[in-house]
Amino acid sequence: MRAHRTIEIGTGLFVLLGFAALVFLTTQLPSSGLKLGGPKAGYHVTAEFDNIGDLKTGSPVTMAGVRVGEVESIRFDPQSYKAVVGLRIDPQYNQIPEDSFAAIQTQGLLGGKYIGISPGGTDTYLKDGSHIDQTQSAIVLESLINKFFANYASSNPGSGSGSGSSSGKSGDSQEEPKK
Amino acid sequence: MSNGSGSGPITEALRRSGAVVIFLFKLLWQCIPSLARPRLIVMQIYNAGARSLIIIMLSGFFVGAVLALQGYTLLQRFGSEEALGTAAALGLLRELGPVVTALLFAGRAGTALTSEIGLMRATDQLTAMEIMAVNPMRYVAAPRFLGGVIAMPLLAGVFNLVGLFGAQAIGVWQMGVDKGSFWSQMQSAVDFRDTWEGISKSLVFGVTCSLIAVHEGYNSEPTAAGVGLATTRTVVASSVLILLLDYILTAAFLD
Repeated sequence: MRAHRTIEIGTGLFVLLGFAALVFLTTQLPSSGLKLGGPKAGYHVTAEFDNIGDLKTGSPVTMAGVRVGEVESIRFDPQSYKAVVGLRIDPQYNQIPEDSFAAIQTQGLLGGKYIGISPGGTDTYLKDGSHIDQTQSAIVLESLINKFFANYASSNPGSGSGSGSSSGKSGDSQEEPKK
Repeated sequence: MSNGSGSGPITEALRRSGAVVIFLFKLLWQCIPSLARPRLIVMQIYNAGARSLIIIMLSGFFVGAVLALQGYTLLQRFGSEEALGTAAALGLLRELGPVVTALLFAGRAGTALTSEIGLMRATDQLTAMEIMAVNPMRYVAAPRFLGGVIAMPLLAGVFNLVGLFGAQAIGVWQMGVDKGSFWSQMQSAVDFRDTWEGISKSLVFGVTCSLIAVHEGYNSEPTAAGVGLATTRTVVASSVLILLLDYILTAAFLD
């Protein structure tokens, strides 16, 4: 009887531990999984972006590098052809100016995308249902490279000498001052 | 060995795999009535699962730790140490967790099953049961099989969890990766599919390991040498099959 009891307690502990581990791995680890504890507190704001890169739901929202919330939803608006991103901001950060600026930034070189908010200057604050008007899209590396090569070609004295509006200031002197 | 018709190694291998498949169906058929005796199954979950917990947790910790160590030195070359959490989590969940758990399970619990049932066979306990009209498939083989099948995914889950904390111990505390981005990048990169892949793999491995262990014990030669040989075969066959099935399952989950 005594031995049976220890075996049953041991099995119960093992099964409980195993299921706890599985529940943690299925619900807490994937961002798309169910979250325990219901919806998190906070208020919701939206922002429209031309291009969100590989931003995902659950990506952090930061101000000055500090996490203040997370991306809650991403959908495509067929009227404006823009991505509408829903953000959830933690309730203690309730003094973010309404004309703040939201930009999609990258953690490190290969890291994930996150939204960085830089504060604006008004006295009215973002509240539930507000909309952030000023946004900056994700920087797509390929278009940046394309732009660089286009600029390089146009400022190169050999090929595009006529239309150097950006390089016009330094256009008279040759290449030396640029370097 | 006993069948007279000139059996080369190929026919012998065919016969053996056929016997395993037939044994599986007999076993599955006996699993249903053996559910009426949950105490027997609980006993086997304890033997196969709870008593393997320490070795699983220890190995999980060190596998996670070495994954973090290797991953860190590799990712550092590309200046993206923050992706360490992602690398460790995906490596553990999809591959190392189920595979290493199954290999350890074959060595720790599979051998115990084979030698136990083999000794029952060698000391005529199984025959005695049959004489008493007790079906040994139902009361000896099926509970051990079910216990192994239930224990394996739970062990793999514990292995993964401990492995993640092992990776954190090395990556965050020793190498100085930021804890927040370690976990948040892991969460944004791990999909429900990845977890599901790991769980279904460990289920398949649980069925494979338990089936082979029970089959080898049940059909071992009733001698001391025969039980030893059956135990060896359990470990060899389980390990090779685990790695083979792992490849097939990974390929199946790719798209």
